[in-house]
Amino acid sequence: MLEPARHASRHAPHPSAVEATAALAARTRQADYPRAHTGGIDAPHKWVLYLDKISVSFDGFRALNDLNLYIEVGELRCVIGPNGAGKTTMMDVITGKTRPDKGQAFFNGSIDLLKHNEPEIASWIGRKFQKPSVFVNHTVLENLELAGLRDKRVWPTLVKKMTGPDRERIDATLRTIGLVDHASRPAGALSHGQKQWLEIGMLLMQNPRVLLVDEPVAGMTKQEVETTAELLTSLAGEHSVVVVEHDMEFVRSIASKVTVLHQGHVLAEGRMDQIQADSRVIEVYLGE
Amino acid sequence: MPTTLPRSRRWLDHERGGYALLAVVALLAIVVPVFNLLVPEGSALHVSTFMVTLLGKYLCYALLAIALDLVWGYVGILSLGHGAFFALGGYAMGMYLMRQIGARGVYGNAELPDFMVFLNWDKLPWYWYGFDQFWFAMLMVVVVPGILAFVFGWLAFRSRVTGVYLSIITQALTYALMLAFFRNEMGFGGNNGLTDFKELLGFDLQNDRVRVALFLISALALVVGYAACRYVVTSKLGRVVAAIRDAEDRVRFTGFRTDKFKLWVFTLSAVLAGIAGALYVPQVGIINPTEFQPLNSIELVVWVAVGGRGTLYGAALGAAVVNYAKSTFTAVLPEAWLFVLGALFVLVTVALPKGLAGFASRFRRLRHA
Repeated sequence: MLEPARHASRHAPHPSAVEATAALAARTRQADYPRAHTGGIDAPHKWVLYLDKISVSFDGFRALNDLNLYIEVGELRCVIGPNGAGKTTMMDVITGKTRPDKGQAFFNGSIDLLKHNEPEIASWIGRKFQKPSVFVNHTVLENLELAGLRDKRVWPTLVKKMTGPDRERIDATLRTIGLVDHASRPAGALSHGQKQWLEIGMLLMQNPRVLLVDEPVAGMTKQEVETTAELLTSLAGEHSVVVVEHDMEFVRSIASKVTVLHQGHVLAEGRMDQIQADSRVIEVYLGE
Repeated sequence: MPTTLPRSRRWLDHERGGYALLAVVALLAIVVPVFNLLVPEGSALHVSTFMVTLLGKYLCYALLAIALDLVWGYVGILSLGHGAFFALGGYAMGMYLMRQIGARGVYGNAELPDFMVFLNWDKLPWYWYGFDQFWFAMLMVVVVPGILAFVFGWLAFRSRVTGVYLSIITQALTYALMLAFFRNEMGFGGNNGLTDFKELLGFDLQNDRVRVALFLISALALVVGYAACRYVVTSKLGRVVAAIRDAEDRVRFTGFRTDKFKLWVFTLSAVLAGIAGALYVPQVGIINPTEFQPLNSIELVVWVAVGGRGTLYGAALGAAVVNYAKSTFTAVLPEAWLFVLGALFVLVTVALPKGLAGFASRFRRLRHA
């Protein structure tokens, strides 16, 4: 199955959802989302992230063109594609930075992402930037603590002493990202790879359901790439992880499913060996 | 082994510069009144009333510099129009002082300030209502700069105007206000501004003891303003805004409404600047539209840069040092002052990027090494 599944009609559930017991699906939907949006699509429950026919244009340039992307709960997905394929724009749409011209985007079946701003979306979907982006003048610990603050409004952060996340969570995250020994160092003093891990750790402190990770291994040593692959693989399951990456070897080492973007559209989707055998993919991307 | 969370920092922890600032202000607050009021004139130890007023002026400048450092040093907002908030606070105080003159003006009109009589106005404009009440005027000292900063910041930060663009529009803001206040029709005295003040709460402004009292209130305002800023920057909110300064996108995608954080700190800063302006006006005896001129706001940035951005006490130090240099130079070589100011800015940028405060801490480290 190389082509992304299409809807028969806007109101029909996604074909894959039909496979699930209809009664169970209906019950789950009713229990979890009593006020299903009226008139819109009924994004099935199994998709934690659901992008449907998203189009974005900048000054006539179509960055995204009828893009469909469905991410399952707990899935680890790699998104690849040549420069200008729309990978970053796709992340911008998901995280609320860019509003699409048309299309629909739902989180967890019921939350319309196009109606929320970046800070609101951040509690559901964590985003790691391509360039490592940490707070260089704060220690590793402070970086994690800030990301994990429970109440992120202005007044509580000024007056409350105990809004911070508990120590166990920070410790667990430090262990996960392998920075236990660096906890009290300023983040600016970390190596490039360590900054990337710290940023992933900050996403974890936000406790999101979905992690969007943009080029996590760019500029890393071979050793660091392996560690990162292990880290991301271990995070899948509890979280849904979407990785945008250029490094094909890395993608091969982690991905269960790969989506190939080309000119703002999904060109192919499937397992890595299927993708590599696809003639269109070879033509636009792998063959280069 | 579990790591320990850093203890939440208290507001004066490891802050020698802050201790030093508070100590100097406290010392001045004791020494200056004693040597002005108790030591007889003619004695070598006598501090003249001129000096009391000059020092009081520096204290107001120091508070203004701390207010700017709060937004520039900690949130990364380079405001080139902070003088506007200072001037607005000053005008609010000036309007009260004008109403206090009553019938003792040149025209002897108890209902209207002199300049309105001169312009043949027959009644007080509505926006002067209430300024004969001290409490109302003091409320306006904080409310007017605060509301302007809030509305301006709300528009700018929500539209994500940052960096040099933001600096330019802050500059335009103060320039526009200067042009407006220059107009006689605005009802704030035109290019002459507000002056010839007589009394504050019934106390004669020319009296030595009143001068000393104003000096002491300025010292208190500086200490309270410093403490407030310290409280903000050492709180978790301080860490959030420092993170905004370093990587705003990251903070936004971490779940913070960065526009709101910037807005509140910017408004607090404007309020502090307004208070500094209100204390400045009765001491210098005049407020006019030149206080709005962009040059003042730029000089203010130089004070903070010279003292050391992002330290608070450094800003106060810079305000005192640069203004002392200005008082000295403009007395000896008035034409040279702007060149000296420019040279100072270049020198600090090249040789002391962290200002005098950074120089002091480097020296301390060397000594301990």
